Amino acid sequence: MNIFSYVRAGDVAGAVREISGNSAAHFIAGGTNLIDLMKEDVTRPARLIDIARLPLTRIEETRDGGLRLGALVTNAETAYHPQIEKRYPLLSRAILSGASPQLRNMATNGGNLLQRTRCYYFYDGATPCNKRQPGTGCSAIEGFNRIHAVLGASDQCIAVHPSDMCVALAALEAVVHVTGKNGSRTILFADFHRLPGGTPEIDCNLGRDEIITSIDLPSKGFAEHYAYLKLRDRKSYAFALVSVAAALEMSGPIITETRLALGGVAHKPWRDAQAEALLNGKAASTDNFQIVAEAIMRDAKGFTHNTFKIELAKRAIVRALKHAAQMGTRQ
Amino acid sequence: MNHETQRLPQRTRITLRVNGSDKQIDVEPWTTLLDALRLYLDLTGTKKGCDHGQCGSCTVLVDGKRINSCMTLAIMKDGAEVTTIEGISNGSGLHPIQQAFIEHDAFQCGYCTPGQICSAVGLINEGRARTADDIRELMSGNICRCGAYPNIVAAIQQVMHAQERNTNP
Repeated sequence: MNIFSYVRAGDVAGAVREISGNSAAHFIAGGTNLIDLMKEDVTRPARLIDIARLPLTRIEETRDGGLRLGALVTNAETAYHPQIEKRYPLLSRAILSGASPQLRNMATNGGNLLQRTRCYYFYDGATPCNKRQPGTGCSAIEGFNRIHAVLGASDQCIAVHPSDMCVALAALEAVVHVTGKNGSRTILFADFHRLPGGTPEIDCNLGRDEIITSIDLPSKGFAEHYAYLKLRDRKSYAFALVSVAAALEMSGPIITETRLALGGVAHKPWRDAQAEALLNGKAASTDNFQIVAEAIMRDAKGFTHNTFKIELAKRAIVRALKHAAQMGTRQ
Repeated sequence: MNHETQRLPQRTRITLRVNGSDKQIDVEPWTTLLDALRLYLDLTGTKKGCDHGQCGSCTVLVDGKRINSCMTLAIMKDGAEVTTIEGISNGSGLHPIQQAFIEHDAFQCGYCTPGQICSAVGLINEGRARTADDIRELMSGNICRCGAYPNIVAAIQQVMHAQERNTNP
């Protein structure tokens, strides 16, 4: 770890003031990703601004019938919150499928969104990486790329976003509230994370001087028909090779609304509104699910070691949709 | 950045309530809670395994919750209550989890054991595990290189069942 100075922020305005005045400063909350990146010398902040004691630690009702998740509520508290379990079980399942109990007790909701990729080359300072050091090249494209992206990648970066929680938040169309030196604004979840394009060093659209204050869940929680399917190399405590958040609204056997988000396949949780719309008004059948899976993966491109993800994702989409549709119909 | 020319930040005095008594230590901002416990407070029961939050051997309870002390800066926990393996029993004999680990031979080399025990105590406090499968899933943050997993699960199950019997006679 490099040498750095430390300050504890007293309120959100103070935190924003601190970060605005120092381009080498970094917020720290749960620390589960940042401290690791610092130990690996990937991130070298000159100053840490401790935001862990800011009053962003509540889960509360919003005026439009949704829930507001404070940015500093831990992942564990969120997943086990009675209202989340009851109204947003998809989110609860997704959170509990990630990391370990210890890490979930530490990691915060805001920090979960800001996790950096687990691409091996991003972590390995001895190799070129455009995300870690822009302009040096991407070692993964011609290297070991089994865990890498098959959708939305660029010739600069094929890293994937590691979060499970964010896959559910994408499906639920959460809204991120942020505060910066020019005031507060909201960012739709679909617009929060970015594709790598020519600037893979920028993971998301949060401004440098901005802090996440909350993540709002709209009222619709899809608690009747949902599934979070995560496929990985071991059964627990591993990042997804492919994950699927599926949420359906149904009228009898007919699907009236579809939400599908994929993890482990792209630089951000992957949504495809056109493909989702194919299911509207259709019966919940394997054939229809396969059509959607083919549509979502139509532009998928594999690299040397990860082509298997394309077929894996298609099958995972079909399975997750089946689980979601069949909920409540089995005795 | 040239570290040599950079002025070292001052050490900061923090207070941790460790195993029931207040301890004041002076730490640099980058001192992890794990290093603070081992190097400054001579509590070497908490182990440094991977030092990256992957193995769980550094697990301690902070304000009652199990966390990885290697991924925690001590300075951020000023004022917190920390329980390590040295303080896991109430002073009169072993904690039931410790006793169960002995009865079930739930370790070989013992290096992961302090973390396993603290994690198991955290798991039981959380009250989420019902079945052996739940225990396996909720202990997945603790790696045992010797492979004592079946016995660890059996030890935790024994304590869980004993507590259920006590609360539901």
